Amino acid sequence: MLRIETIQTDFLIVGGGTAGCYAAIVAARKDPKLRVQIVEKANIKRSGCLAAGVNAINAYITEGRTTQQYLEYARWDAEKIIRDDLVLSMAERFNESARDLERMGLVILKDANGNYVSRGKRNIKINGENIKPIISREVKKYDNISILNHVVVTNLLQDGDRVCGAVGFSTNYETAWVISARAVLVATGGAAGLYRPNNPGFSRHKMWYPPFNAGAGYALGIRVGAEMTSFEMRFVAQRIKDTIAPTGTIALGVGAREVNALGEAYAERYGLTTSGRARGATKETSEGRGPCYLKTVGLDSSREEDLYKAYLNMAPAQTLKWIESGERPSTHNVEIEGTEPYVVGGHTASGYWIDTARRTTVAGLYAAGDVAGGAPKKFVTGALAEGWIAAETVLKDLATYSPTSIARALELAKDKTNEYERRLRAPRGVYNARELEDAMQKVMDVYAGGISVGYRYNENQLAIADEKIGLIADLAEELSAADVDELVRVYELIDRATVCKTLLAHLRGRKETRWPGFGVFADYPEKDDAFECFVNTRNVNGKIQTIIRPLMEGVTYYEHTH
Amino acid sequence: MSILIESERCVGCGSCVEACPGNLIKRDADGKAFLKAPDECWGCASCLKECRFQAISYYLGADIGGRGGLMKYERDGDLARWIIRRAGRETVTITVDRRSSNKY
Ligand SMILES: Cc1cc2nc3c(=O)[nH]c(=O)nc-3n(C[C@H](O)[C@H](O)[C@H](O)COP(=O)(O)OP(=O)(O)OC[C@H]3O[C@@H](n4cnc5c(N)ncnc54)[C@H](O)[C@@H]3O)c2cc1C
Ligand code: SF4
Ligand code: SF4
Repeated sequence: MLRIETIQTDFLIVGGGTAGCYAAIVAARKDPKLRVQIVEKANIKRSGCLAAGVNAINAYITEGRTTQQYLEYARWDAEKIIRDDLVLSMAERFNESARDLERMGLVILKDANGNYVSRGKRNIKINGENIKPIISREVKKYDNISILNHVVVTNLLQDGDRVCGAVGFSTNYETAWVISARAVLVATGGAAGLYRPNNPGFSRHKMWYPPFNAGAGYALGIRVGAEMTSFEMRFVAQRIKDTIAPTGTIALGVGAREVNALGEAYAERYGLTTSGRARGATKETSEGRGPCYLKTVGLDSSREEDLYKAYLNMAPAQTLKWIESGERPSTHNVEIEGTEPYVVGGHTASGYWIDTARRTTVAGLYAAGDVAGGAPKKFVTGALAEGWIAAETVLKDLATYSPTSIARALELAKDKTNEYERRLRAPRGVYNARELEDAMQKVMDVYAGGISVGYRYNENQLAIADEKIGLIADLAEELSAADVDELVRVYELIDRATVCKTLLAHLRGRKETRWPGFGVFADYPEKDDAFECFVNTRNVNGKIQTIIRPLMEGVTYYEHTH
Repeated sequence: MSILIESERCVGCGSCVEACPGNLIKRDADGKAFLKAPDECWGCASCLKECRFQAISYYLGADIGGRGGLMKYERDGDLARWIIRRAGRETVTITVDRRSSNKY
């Protein structure tokens, strides 16, 4: 029999990553009596994007620069699809968030005057290898924060219109968890694994974004009818071939340029936005001038050693590759490629449609970090800033939410807890979660602009993809699980299919090509001013509605009107 | 992308089991750690860093250009040593001072 455990809390945080942990810290500091509950699928010590370590603080207002300049940079990079209020409110908190990280123990490089040393216009230099253990240590200092590790949330509980808790299950035991809360913050990160990845074989999880961030947070919101924005602004990253390690460290750090196989520098031809850079390598290769490289040959050996160390601090596979192959950056240019598309609101604008205070369109539900939309170029400090803002809003709103009894929460969760039990007991069906995941990734790759088709799609293909993903989602309803590990995979598949469905509606909604490096809508291959707007969606009784909203340039405060 | 765990070195402390962001490491009947699904490993090296007994090695899958080298991790106060071994080649050790920031 599946055991059922219950928790009653004030503030529930789903996902103990960067944004979730910081929201807990801020809430606990401001109100020591508040009960804060983090529920995390792995262990907050090394979960999510920060697990391997990070390279730099990518979002910082360096000496002499302003938050407005950061906004204009983000607007240029996103080809205008951006919310001023969201970017400015996070940018105002970048520097204080970084200082707080330093107080917690993060090593940040300083000059003789004690100022942080910048890398380019917006970055500061750190040793980010242990950034997640540092943040989780801080979380543990507060007695009013409870941490439930190794529990995966599958659904929100909703009483009438208001979100009042969540339900999930342990990844180690046959135990369901039903949590009643007065307010819920979703901070589960973005979605990887929607498309067939660069390395589809044995190393299929050697991808840039954490393969364990399966888009749960988006799916949670989609199910309760939360409005989503800009999923069509998929993120295709330019990364080092095979290890999918970041390229910025080489490009910014040692000034290496992108060159094609003929040795020609091509980047300027495609524009220097993130999308433009991703476009460059794809186009050069498809036109027969591949592969593409970062030109590192000639680098002196002392700098080579520093590169090895920098990669060990965030992407150790790359240093291992350099050393064991003997193909060092000073003697061999570093081959690059574009990744499969991700949906990730920390880099692009995809995610929940939130107000300035980080409220979603559903009462009682808040969003922060990669799961929240409208504010690209968020990175670590932006995720912290959003967690901070959301926590402050929750503290303000909490008085308006009365607690839901455990008995009521159990009743609301009953269908789900029964479903877990059913899947664990049912005999294996024809397919398992892994097989359906392969099917889903293939459909998305071929019909919805994945790597194999050069990120191109057309109306016909999107319609086919939609039908096929629908079939896979139906098959997923029948999936059983041999153990709790497989049960996790079943719900990841269901979440990913839900995200894919919404993504397809967004791709179909934006009938133009705005970010050619992220995707080309072959029927509408040019940018169209008529699409200087947000493409949003909402799930209404199982049907996805598309909502077009105007850009709000210059608007620094926004509240939902419903 | 994956890891290997040497059961002779593993003392069953469970640190790697706790740390893996994908919950991929389990313990067998003797309490020894094992990787349940090698093709689900992200290669984040969290387990490597958490293991104080150097029982875990990290390697690149052949499909991403691996040449059979194995990488281990050792902590010595603030120093982290990454040790790369490959049959027939000299062992390479790279020491990172965890108090010093990245140059790039
Ligand atoms: C490899 C990589 C390198 C990066 N490098 C840098 C860098 O050098 N500098 C920089 O500034 N930014 C960097 N970034 C970006 C930055 O790390 C992220 O934008 C930021 O950490 C996102 O925070 P988050 O809280 O939204 O997501 P995460 O920190 O990933 O947190 C999400 C959490 O939710 C949990 N979760 C997921 N699903 C569920 C569920 N169903 N139930 C319960 N919990 C769940 C996950 O386990 C995870 O702990 C990098 C990102 C990646 C992926
Ligand atoms: S490298 Fe990371 S993902 Fe792979 S087993 Fe170790 S902790 Fe888990
Ligand atoms: S951390 Fe090392 S010693 Fe401890 S269980 Fe894991 S492999 Fe074994």
